[in-house]
Amino acid sequence: MTERAVGASAMTPAALVTLLGVGKSFANGVTALEGFDLDIRRGEFLALLGPSGCGKSTALRLLAGLTAPTAGEIRWNEPHHELGFVFQEPTLMPWSNVFDNVWLPLRIAGQSRAQARERIEEMLAKVGLSGFARSYPRELSGGMKMRVSIARALVTRPSVLLMDEPFAALDEITRGKLEDDLLALKAELGATVVFVTHSVYESVYLSDRIVVMAPRPGRIVAEIEAPAAPQRNEEFRLGADYAETCRRTSQALHRAMALAEDSST
Amino acid sequence: MSRERFLRFGLPFLALVGALGAWEAVVRIGEIRPVILPAPSLILATLVKDWNTLFGSLVVTLSITLESLIAATLGGALLALVFAQWRFVERAFFPFAVIMQVTPVVSIAPLLVIYLSSGTAVLVCAFLVAFFPILANTALGLASVDHKLLDLFQLYRASRSRQLLWLRIPSALPFFLGGLRIGGGLALIGAIVAEIAAGTAGQGAGLAYRIVESSYLLKMPRMYAALFLISVAGLIIFAALNGLSYLLLRRWHDSARPREN
Repeated sequence: MTERAVGASAMTPAALVTLLGVGKSFANGVTALEGFDLDIRRGEFLALLGPSGCGKSTALRLLAGLTAPTAGEIRWNEPHHELGFVFQEPTLMPWSNVFDNVWLPLRIAGQSRAQARERIEEMLAKVGLSGFARSYPRELSGGMKMRVSIARALVTRPSVLLMDEPFAALDEITRGKLEDDLLALKAELGATVVFVTHSVYESVYLSDRIVVMAPRPGRIVAEIEAPAAPQRNEEFRLGADYAETCRRTSQALHRAMALAEDSST
Repeated sequence: MSRERFLRFGLPFLALVGALGAWEAVVRIGEIRPVILPAPSLILATLVKDWNTLFGSLVVTLSITLESLIAATLGGALLALVFAQWRFVERAFFPFAVIMQVTPVVSIAPLLVIYLSSGTAVLVCAFLVAFFPILANTALGLASVDHKLLDLFQLYRASRSRQLLWLRIPSALPFFLGGLRIGGGLALIGAIVAEIAAGTAGQGAGLAYRIVESSYLLKMPRMYAALFLISVAGLIIFAALNGLSYLLLRRWHDSARPREN
């Protein structure tokens, strides 16, 4: 377990993408992100943790290419990187059934329903929704809709999966189940995951590395390496390593929020 | 028949029959002359007697309404699509659409009668009133797309035409159908009002002309019979458009589904 100062990021060979001094200011004068340096390593599970307004969602949108940085640069070390994105809401098309919703990324890529069928059915099986291909989103529970959303993000076999507080609106039991399933899917597909959250416990349970952010302006204030556990499961959740990392992460988050209060007064 | 079915179908039917019975009774007991207020039985008899004339007029009115509604639907939906694709076109032309909407159609009708043949004038009037709600609702629908879904289409680099076809148009569908239902009712009103203003006579005379004609001749039962057919025309349009809306939305939209208890 190591904790290091901010801004020491250097390009490492394992980095999939490097963010160098990235800043994002909006037309209304709000600076969402400032001096953001980060290496995202190939195959890691990285959590961006922070209070609301710390720019963690903005960082994710920048990585997705949905918005352009106003300062610095984002350097991808893999020219053709396929992306998957999971939003806080399931964001499904209500007029399409589960099958067609998962088909969408492949359909945009030019695949017919028949061509895509095998991959869609395989992905639905992986998220545990085999029997629901013909169901419409409104017939599903919140957790099931989120599973569809994850299947849609993974159907293109992305090298990077970006997730913006995907489980924040779910109840704790559903969330716990989805967290375990996500870890299993990640291990199976070998994708790099960048996971935005405001939950200390969720970030420690899921990630290899936690980046703690502070608001106004959004920036990185701490980086925590999670303990190397053979498997993330109930045993890990009850263990001393988990509790210790939660404590340290929680302290870092409190320092981040104290920093924010200093700068706003 | 279950209590639920009775409340849903039986009760409204009984109320209707009761109201007609009371009307009939008032006319008979009070010995009211048909020129003041005809009894429902007399109206029905007139409807049967004058069926050829009245049914011909019903067909005329319905076809004008339908033609103008189709034109308004195509025009309104296409213009909304143009507005959605090119914002500057919307900025430039939306005021025209608003002016067309806020000007009461009756006041334009005499002008149209001068410029156009009376049949065409009626058609244009009905088109003008039905056009705006379809345009406005469809434009609103096309603009009310879930921003996260737009992000998703951008992420997967979907072309503008695919975004329109697979995202904006399905999102706009419930709004468009709402506009269509309003437009359908207005097209009938437009057709009737314009015909009264234009005074189309002879072969191509619609139901509105039959009412005006009967009032000159003090044929009260025939006025009522024509009025009854206009209500029927309105009901047909209403039921057809509601049915269409239900068919298209029943699988996914909240408006077409019963609430869970």
